[in-house]
Amino acid sequence: MKNYKTMVLSNQEISPGYYRMRILAPGFGASARPGQFVMFRVQTSLPPLLRRPFGIFRTGFLPPDCEGQPPKEYLELLYKVVGRGTNIMAGLHHGDRVEVLGPLGRGFDPGNPAEEKILVGGGIGLVPLYMLASHLTKTSSVRLLMGGRTREDILAVTEFERLGVETYVSTDDGSLGEEGLVTEVLKRKLEKFPGASVYACGPMPMIEAVQRICAERKVPLQVSLEALMACGLGACLGCVVKGAGHSEEIPRYLCTCKEGPVFRAEQLDWARMGEETGYCEGCKS
Amino acid sequence: MSSETTKASQSVTGPRLAVNIAGIEMKNPVMPASGTFGYGEEYAPFLDLENIGAIVTKGLSLKPKAGNPTPRIAETISGMLNAIGLQNVGVDAFIKYKLPFLREVTTPVIVNFFGNTLEEYGEVAKRLSDIPEVAGVELNISCPNVKKGGIVFGTDPKAAAEVVSLVRKNLAKPLIAKLTPNVTDITVIARAVEESGADAICCINTLTGMSIDIKTRRPRLANRTGGLSGPAIRPIAVRMVHQVAQTVKVPVIGVGGIVRPSDAIEFLIAGATAVQVGTANFVDPGIMPAIVEGIEQYCIEEGIDDINELVGSLQV
Ligand SMILES: Cc1cc2nc3c(=O)[nH]c(=O)nc-3n(C[C@H](O)[C@H](O)[C@H](O)COP(=O)(O)OP(=O)(O)OC[C@H]3O[C@@H](n4cnc5c(N)ncnc54)[C@H](O)[C@@H]3O)c2cc1C
Ligand SMILES: Cc1cc2nc3c(=O)[nH]c(=O)nc-3n(C[C@H](O)[C@H](O)[C@H](O)COP(=O)(O)O)c2cc1C
Ligand code: FES
Repeated sequence: MKNYKTMVLSNQEISPGYYRMRILAPGFGASARPGQFVMFRVQTSLPPLLRRPFGIFRTGFLPPDCEGQPPKEYLELLYKVVGRGTNIMAGLHHGDRVEVLGPLGRGFDPGNPAEEKILVGGGIGLVPLYMLASHLTKTSSVRLLMGGRTREDILAVTEFERLGVETYVSTDDGSLGEEGLVTEVLKRKLEKFPGASVYACGPMPMIEAVQRICAERKVPLQVSLEALMACGLGACLGCVVKGAGHSEEIPRYLCTCKEGPVFRAEQLDWARMGEETGYCEGCKS
Repeated sequence: MSSETTKASQSVTGPRLAVNIAGIEMKNPVMPASGTFGYGEEYAPFLDLENIGAIVTKGLSLKPKAGNPTPRIAETISGMLNAIGLQNVGVDAFIKYKLPFLREVTTPVIVNFFGNTLEEYGEVAKRLSDIPEVAGVELNISCPNVKKGGIVFGTDPKAAAEVVSLVRKNLAKPLIAKLTPNVTDITVIARAVEESGADAICCINTLTGMSIDIKTRRPRLANRTGGLSGPAIRPIAVRMVHQVAQTVKVPVIGVGGIVRPSDAIEFLIAGATAVQVGTANFVDPGIMPAIVEGIEQYCIEEGIDDINELVGSLQV
């Protein structure tokens, strides 16, 4: 974990409103685990004041510009433009100065290699799943169920396929893949692979639906959550969610940035989850 | 020692940055603001804790406290609102689990605490009194985010005097009273806490604020209101530090919106002997040593040999 004062290598729009940014980050990949995230300072002047949290999509090396030089290590983010900070990010170019704090938080537990792995991603929620898939495919059979509102929300499917992941796409409007909710695909797959374990990241209603489906079938589930964050380090206590067994008398708050963002489903209090994390209408729908 | 070596060592050591807050010896005047630095260990990967003037911990209560429902934070123009609600591990767990880490650092540790009742303030003070690693305490009578305790004691001079007197009786350590800006005249409270035994005054805590999501027409915070911090509040904090420093004899610690060395210097000129850096830690976890360095650079440029010369040097 380190604060990188570094620069943008490239920043491209890959689908309307979605960008992929590569950032120079020597030594980052060695410590980064699937499911971890970074706090990104979109510009070194103010405002905006706070950093923005983003999942780690991948890490890698660029070939050197000229012979004899070491390859450049990069960190790659994939982000959706939604507000002030991400709008500024969309305008960044090669060479722009940025600050990246990370890798932060707890990532996914890879589990038993013998088990079938089903990844469920909604929209930008595919981000941490890609790095997870790149690790899991080394030992396990991995399937990705990817949902979005329209075809424009379906990203990086070919990248997953290149890893050897079997992918199933569904969109609300049927513009790509199957028409309907990704959770319907999940129900079918769980019938076919009853011993599978599930990993999910996406909008809260999707995560809640996945949780219900997995709980009914006693399928092990890990989810990656989003929460408003100020520090990303467990210091401000702004990002908490209610843990299992939470009550007014014995409160149990878990820090999304430090104890998460990945949780085992049974760690959390699902009864009031949507309400608790319902800070953003866009994320709820 | 020859005069030549004295000169040489002076140029190597540079200006004197050490300050003394009610007997707490600090290498330099920069420390974190309570609640923005956890219990110290969270930030250890990003800065050398030996290089800051003191460590100030998250506010403690007698029993562990759960804090408020979420959402607890919202970003605003040059600031943030928080309604954490003083979530903390409680004084006993702090002593058992958090203090051992801080024991390894020579930097003085200031423990911030609060109570729901007068008795609780007294009880927490008693438990901290026996702990040698605690260099001093900071009494929070100023949190806007809890119904009981906190701000209730900080807005009424009589209640403020009462709680400070009680803590004073239970504690043989330097006592800093942290004041709220959410009052008509902060100097009245400052005088009250000084007279009842506070050795130093810290100002300010956050200002009560509100932010509304115009789409849903709901408050952005579950608690509806929260405490505003960050650069947005700095001019108010500087004004209050100046007013308080004019009123009391005890040292004043300035806090509110410091993000750069020049911000910290402003507070010192206004009359603060030391400063606290809060929200800026979230933005840049390595900010405090950079602020210390900037202050040192300023002293060199301005020909200031001792930082204490700068304190309260406002020209009017
Ligand atoms: C652990 C984690 C990983 C994430 N990974 C990704 C990712 O890989 N790709 C991606 O596009 N988005 C990701 N997000 C969401 C992303 O952080 C927000 O979309 C972004 O902060 C919005 O910033 P803004 O300034 O454009 O929006 P604004 O609405 O202007 O932001 C206002 C404030 O709200 C905060 N905020 C707004 N939405 C969110 C949100 N959904 N989660 C957390 N804070 C929010 C901002 O940080 C800021 O402080 C992740 C969030 C978390 C918590
Ligand atoms: C997330 C957060 C938590 C805080 N918790 C405490 C606390 O526990 N005790 C306290 O006395 N002040 C607390 N404060 C107030 C700060 O110590 C400080 O007075 C205030 O943030 C103003 O400084 P800043 O603008 O530099 O952040 C908190 C502030 C923030 C932002
Ligand atoms: S974001 Fe500050 S504690 Fe999690």
